[in-house]
Amino acid sequence: MNILDKMMRLDRRWIFLFLIVVCVVANAVEFEVPILVNREVQSIYDFIDSLPPDDIVLVAIDYDPNNLAELHPMTFTIVEQCWRKKLKIIFTSLSQNGPGMTDQAIRDITDSMALDRTYNGVEYKGREIVNGIDYTFLGYKPYFALIILGMGQNFRLQFPTDYYGTPLDSLPMMRGVNNYDDIACVMDISGGNITDYWISYGQGRFDFPLALGLTGVMTAQYYPYLGSGQVFGIMGGLLGAAEYEELTENPGLAKDGMRIQLPAHIVIILFIVLGNIGFFIDRRKRKQEGGVQ
Amino acid sequence: MVYKLTLTLLTFLLIAPVVSAQETVAASVEATVGDPPMIDSSLIPAPPSDIKAVDTDNDHGHSITVTWELSADDGSGMNNVLSYEVFRWVPFLMDELDTLRVELARVAAEIDSVGRLTGELKDERAVIWAAIDDMADQMPEAHRMYPEGGEWRLLGKVASGVATYDDTGGKDRKVSDFIPDFSDLYFRVEAVTSDSAIRAASGVAGPVQSYGQWFNTGRTPVFIAFMFFGIMTVFFVIKARRGAELYVRPLAGIEAVDDAIGRATEMGRPILYVLGLGTAADVATIASFTILGRVAKRVAEYQTELIVPTYDPIVMSVAQEVVKSSFSDAGRPEDYNEDIVYFVTQLQFAYVAAVNGTMLRELPATNVYMGKFFAESLLLAETGALAGSIQIAGTDEIAQIPFFIVACDFTLIGEELYAASAYLGREPVLLGSLKAQDYAKAAMILLAIVGVVAAQFEWNWFIELFHVVD
Amino acid sequence: MKRQIPLMLVLVFGMFLIFQYFIPHETSEKAYEFLLDWITIIGIFAMALAIWSLFRVTVAKVRTRKENWGYSIFTLVGLFSMMIFGWTAPNGEGWGWYFIFVLSVLMAIGMLVQTMSVKSGRGLWAGLMFVFLIIAVLIGIFDNAWSFHFMSAEPLENPMFRSFFDFVLMPILATTFSLLAFFIASAAYRAFRARNLLATLLLVSALIVMLRFNPYLTPIFGDYMARTSNWLMNVPNLAAQRAIVMGVGLGIVATALKVILGIERGYMGKG
Repeated sequence: MNILDKMMRLDRRWIFLFLIVVCVVANAVEFEVPILVNREVQSIYDFIDSLPPDDIVLVAIDYDPNNLAELHPMTFTIVEQCWRKKLKIIFTSLSQNGPGMTDQAIRDITDSMALDRTYNGVEYKGREIVNGIDYTFLGYKPYFALIILGMGQNFRLQFPTDYYGTPLDSLPMMRGVNNYDDIACVMDISGGNITDYWISYGQGRFDFPLALGLTGVMTAQYYPYLGSGQVFGIMGGLLGAAEYEELTENPGLAKDGMRIQLPAHIVIILFIVLGNIGFFIDRRKRKQEGGVQ
Repeated sequence: MVYKLTLTLLTFLLIAPVVSAQETVAASVEATVGDPPMIDSSLIPAPPSDIKAVDTDNDHGHSITVTWELSADDGSGMNNVLSYEVFRWVPFLMDELDTLRVELARVAAEIDSVGRLTGELKDERAVIWAAIDDMADQMPEAHRMYPEGGEWRLLGKVASGVATYDDTGGKDRKVSDFIPDFSDLYFRVEAVTSDSAIRAASGVAGPVQSYGQWFNTGRTPVFIAFMFFGIMTVFFVIKARRGAELYVRPLAGIEAVDDAIGRATEMGRPILYVLGLGTAADVATIASFTILGRVAKRVAEYQTELIVPTYDPIVMSVAQEVVKSSFSDAGRPEDYNEDIVYFVTQLQFAYVAAVNGTMLRELPATNVYMGKFFAESLLLAETGALAGSIQIAGTDEIAQIPFFIVACDFTLIGEELYAASAYLGREPVLLGSLKAQDYAKAAMILLAIVGVVAAQFEWNWFIELFHVVD
Repeated sequence: MKRQIPLMLVLVFGMFLIFQYFIPHETSEKAYEFLLDWITIIGIFAMALAIWSLFRVTVAKVRTRKENWGYSIFTLVGLFSMMIFGWTAPNGEGWGWYFIFVLSVLMAIGMLVQTMSVKSGRGLWAGLMFVFLIIAVLIGIFDNAWSFHFMSAEPLENPMFRSFFDFVLMPILATTFSLLAFFIASAAYRAFRARNLLATLLLVSALIVMLRFNPYLTPIFGDYMARTSNWLMNVPNLAAQRAIVMGVGLGIVATALKVILGIERGYMGKG
């Protein structure tokens, strides 16, 4: 009983310590977590996979470095998939602290795209990604609701030049590309309420296909939009990113992170179960004591 | 003289081929547009008919909606119509306006490169602005000259099967998508086949003028609901003022506030009040100010310490005012110190770090979280629990309510936060509005049930009653 | 009178903004934009007050040597060094006397705080403050390796500003955020207990939702787990959320009305 008593009054710092030990050990030990792909992630993959080369995808990177750990893997895997398929990308970054991070991410991905890769026996040839031909980074402007609305008329309205100061018309891939009518879909990767505006002001008004990449805690909130057809796919948290990496045969940070996330989840569930066992025994003990009195 | 003649001759020789080439182009264009002899006339589709242009409804003006009947060869007949092109007659004055805009862009670029607005550039810009305004004012007159002094210009394309086009422009005269209000506009639609030379034009629709509306009929349901609720609130407030007895169920979270302040006094520890991440415009923050006022009054009476770290500068200023008047209401204005309410930072997690640090250093007896909270809710509340404080929370952010329920001793869920001010004040006028809320809720439940029935029987008119168009 | 004028202003602008929502006309749009500009302007003035408040509270802690006052020095150094970095940028490759300038400004501020703190010997500290201030001013005038930029984006590329932002601020923010994982673990440990029927239901649904994606369980349960969790999310969870949203919506309108009509005055300091 003494141990149980102690467990019931367990200082939360022991839980923290146990959790971090599990995370560190899981990170050090090499093993692979099987990934099962969900329908809402599969549909994003299928949509992008079905696009013909030279189609344009708008990737909206609407998160701050705060959410980088969870959302960066999504950006990496989707962008790499698009470029492997020779699609073109327009990047926007409507979160205040996001543009610098986005610029860095684009550089990292273009560097990694230049290398040859092999996965599951399939070889993916590296190629050079060129600004203005393969992608355009529009950058940041405040008041995202207005920007999302404005881009429905013309990208040039809010972004006469790209992030690096080049007029949009001087970029080969932007010639004749005016608004959402000229792009295949919008992929919003977000850690905040900008997503609401992409749904209501963007998709609601201009009716383009929209898919979401969200942090784990946000995901549950956006499932209704999947049912209503306003969104054609959702990638939720690190797991969603891992599923996408599995689909694109491009394992990266997310799949690696699953080795840590899964044991961490199991630890939390374990603690819940332990807490309940302790609770029941405690209750029984008290009942018995009550009976004696 | 000889020199001049030679020059003229040379100029003529140089320019003549260009001019004649232009003439040929013009002629050939006319040939294709006016009378296309090279085209197999049997392939020309039937033109779109019954073209109408009306001012777009429920907007600020500067927009025309064009509708037409599909060509007989769209979806049936030869079925060779690929798209429709919509044209508007535009006076050449519009081009002059564009030239001014280019000038303006040049000046703006110069201001950018200089890095500041010099007097000279400012004057230059003012002159261009005035010219633009002047020219925009002449637009109605220029449009009245139709068909003189202008030409048809392509606005956009829609796919076959679509019989409507919104020509939506802006109100800003300095931007090229400007469409003048109260000017006679003319529209035309052409059915285009896969060979863009083979096309058929509709008749001309117009004149039509765009103008702004003074009431958005798409928002009528919101207006009715608002009026209904507003009148009900006022009605119950008046009723309450006349002395009607109104019952409000006790709110545990609010009752706990007084006990918690007493506890803090006994322990000789401070009270921490967090207003959340909202701005002073958020109703949750406004409700929180009221509760802060109450807490501050009690704190002043018991002479306990109060700490209010804030996230937003305006919220800070208002909160200072609230605490100050609460102290003087309690009869202890001399105890008020401006540093009770202070600003920390506008970075979410830096704010969390600062408040958590305060909790662990000061070990407050009670933490009160009221207002708007996001990802920081659990970070704050768990640290507070770790510090052994009694915690009372209230927020209308749905995603954060579970976190507060888990980590705090008392939680006000959603609207309870707003009701708290009425409950605290116990003023009949404030209670009156709660009654109105109850009736509105009953109406909502009733309408929801009728809505379910309506959906079952497919009474779409009932569902349409609640349709709000933005 | 002191209370009447603000109440009148609230009534006028509140009513205007309510009806503005129903009026699409250009005139109403222009008035709306004008009011939005005012919010920005007021916000900027409030920001100045806010920074002054932070400065005063922090200095007070140092002055009274309150417990853990050492942290306050970090706050002050952080506040002022980032301000200086955000207003200056190097012109070329070298830094010149830049760091000595930054140090002198910080020392001058330190001496100012010290002057305010001590009871005796103020003259000495004040004198030192002026020495540092003069050094800073002289470097500012004669050193051409760097310059001030108050109204442009150049300082954002200042390597000092960027380094502090990227390598100090961002990791700290990300770490604070990631603490959430630990807090969720400990909160879940305490919260999910089968105390009674309702709590048991909560516990079971939580376990289903948490376990739905577990790859090791899918062979056992098939997609039953995923379907149940989707149902839980989309039916009971969503229904409850919507009910709260409706209540909140009504509460917002009612509170806003009370504020506009001058019934609720708590925000003016009259509870």
